[in-house]
Amino acid sequence: MARTTVIEGRVWPVVDASGTYLNDVDTDQIYHNAYIAVTDVDEMGRYAFGNLAGWGDFPTKAEPGDILVVGANFGAGSSRQHAVDCFRTLGVAGVVGISFGAIYKRNAVNAGWPLVECPDLLKLELAAGDVLRVNFKTGELENRTRGKLAAARPFSRVQMDVYLAGDLFAYGSSLGGKSAGRLR
Amino acid sequence: MAQTIIEKIIAAHSGDDVFPGATVWLELDVRAARDFGGANVVKNFDRHYTSMPVADAGKTFFTFDCVVPAKDIPYANNQQLCREFAARQGIKVYDVDAGIGSHVLMEEGLARPGGTVVNTDSHMNIVGAIGCLGQGMGDADIAFAFRTGRTWLEVPPSVKVVLKGKYKWPTTAKDVALAMLREFGSSGLLGKAVELYGPAAEVLSVEERITVASMATEMGAIAIFVPPSEEVLAWCEGTAGVEVGGVYADEDASYEATYELDVDGLEPLVACPPSPADVKAVSEVVGKEINSAFFGSCTNGRIDDFRAVGRLMSGRPVAAGVMAYAVPATRRVYGAMLVEGLTAELFGDGFVVSNAGCGGCAQGQIGMTGKDEVQVSTSNRNFPGKQGAGETYLCSPVTAAASALMGTITDPREVA
Repeated sequence: MARTTVIEGRVWPVVDASGTYLNDVDTDQIYHNAYIAVTDVDEMGRYAFGNLAGWGDFPTKAEPGDILVVGANFGAGSSRQHAVDCFRTLGVAGVVGISFGAIYKRNAVNAGWPLVECPDLLKLELAAGDVLRVNFKTGELENRTRGKLAAARPFSRVQMDVYLAGDLFAYGSSLGGKSAGRLR
Repeated sequence: MAQTIIEKIIAAHSGDDVFPGATVWLELDVRAARDFGGANVVKNFDRHYTSMPVADAGKTFFTFDCVVPAKDIPYANNQQLCREFAARQGIKVYDVDAGIGSHVLMEEGLARPGGTVVNTDSHMNIVGAIGCLGQGMGDADIAFAFRTGRTWLEVPPSVKVVLKGKYKWPTTAKDVALAMLREFGSSGLLGKAVELYGPAAEVLSVEERITVASMATEMGAIAIFVPPSEEVLAWCEGTAGVEVGGVYADEDASYEATYELDVDGLEPLVACPPSPADVKAVSEVVGKEINSAFFGSCTNGRIDDFRAVGRLMSGRPVAAGVMAYAVPATRRVYGAMLVEGLTAELFGDGFVVSNAGCGGCAQGQIGMTGKDEVQVSTSNRNFPGKQGAGETYLCSPVTAAASALMGTITDPREVA
C-alpha cells in the first residue's frame, strides 16, 4: 500500500475559550471508559471527545482528512487503543501536538495513524479551519492559510516503517511473518 | 558502555544496540491482557493471526481486574471471549477472583527483578517497584506481543531522582508520590525512565515502592525504578520461588538529569480535582465535606495500606452519611485481611469491604461517584469523569481514613 508522507488538511485546534491549547487531555476525556467494552473500531468514532467539555459534537463536525492539533501531554492516562482508533474511524488524517503521552504515541504508531510532535507548535498561529501541511519525513509544518512555518520531529524509523506498511500487523508480516531479526 | 537500570534490562532482552533514542526489539518475559482491552486483543489476534498459536502460551496470560465479576453484559461477553481464546491457546487466566493483574504478576513471581512485562494496563510500569520493566500498551501492541513474544521500544532517556530527608507517620509513601507530582507535574518526567535513590528511597518497603512506582504514569514517566533492596529481593524470592538478582545501574552510567527532592518532615498531601498534579497540603483543604472514601487500587491496595487504615480508625466509626469502600488489590491481600481480622474490623467501622480488583478506576462496580459527590480516594487518577461524575481528591490511606472518620477532608495528624 503506497501511503503519502505529506498530508494537507483543515485543522481542529483543541483549545479553550481564550484560544489556549489544552494540556494533559487524558484518554478518559478523549474516549470515556463508559464505552471501553466496544471492540468494533467502526463504532468508536461517535464517542470521540465525548467527555471533553465543549467537544462532544466533534464526531458530527469532523470531516475525513481533517487534522487534529493539540497541546502538551495529549493522551495522558490509560492504555486504551480506542483513544486513537476513534479518530481513525472519523477519517481524521492525523494529529499534531506539542507532546504526547507515551502509550498514546505507541498506539498511534502501531495503528499507522500519523502523529507528529512539534514543541514549537505555537509558531504556526493555527486557528480553527486553517489549512495545515505536514511532512512526515522532514518534519516541516506549514500553516497554508497564514504562511507560518514550524519544524516538528520527523517520523522515527519505526514510525515510518509501520506507517508505510499500514499498521503494526502489516509491518510484522513484512519482516517475514515472525518478526525476527533486527529492526531495519 | 556504562548503563542505567532500564538500559541493562533492555540489553539483556535484545540483540540490538541500546542507547537513549535507539529503537530496539525487546523480548518479553510476560505478555498479558486484562478484561480491559483483552477482548480487543483477541479480536486483533484472530483477525491478523487466524488459527495461529501464540508465541509461548507459558508466558502469556489474562488478568481480569477491571470489572470483576462482570457487572454488565458487554464486560461479561468480553471476559468470556478471552476465556475461550485462552482455552484454545492453552493460556492461563487469572480470573475475576484474582485481583489487579500487575500485582498478581508480582505475587506469582512472573514479574521479577530485571524482567520485562507488558499488559493492557497503563500502570503496568508499577513493577519498577521491584526493578522490573513493565509497560502498559494498547490492544494492537499486545496482540502483536502475544503472537511474536516481542515488542518494539524506543530506549528512553534516564533521569535520577534523589529523595532526601525523613518523614514520619502519618505521612506515608503516597505523600512522597504526591510530592513528586507537585515537583514534576504531569509532564515534567514525560518519556523518562526514572531511577529513585537517596535515603528516603532506600528505606521504602516493597509495598511503599509499589505506591510510589504506581504513579509514574501520572508523571508522564516510562517507569520509576527503585533499585531492589535485600528486603525486595527476599520478597521476590518468596513469591517467585526461585533465586532472583536485582539489576542495578553502573556507577558511571550517564543520566540526562539528576534531581533532588527533599521530603524531610513532609506533611500529608492531597491531589485536588481535576488533575493528579494539582497537589496541595492537606492542611490547605481541610474542612471540605466529603460523601465517600475509596480505599484500594494498584496504588494503595496492599495489606499494609489496610493495616494503616485500621490503625488510623482504631475502632472508631466512619462518619454518619459517609460511604467508605475498601477494595483489596488481590485475592492474597483479601485473604490476609480476613486472617488478620481487618475485614471484620473495617466492617465494624462501617466500611463496605469488597472482593479484590481495581474498584472504581475503570467503571468498576465499587466506588463510582455521582454528580457533585465529593470523594477522597487512595487511587492514582482524578481526571474528570475518571471515577464517576463527582470530584475526586487523591490522598494516602491514612488521610482518607481520617477524612472518612470526620466526614470532611482531615489532616491525619489531627486524629491519628
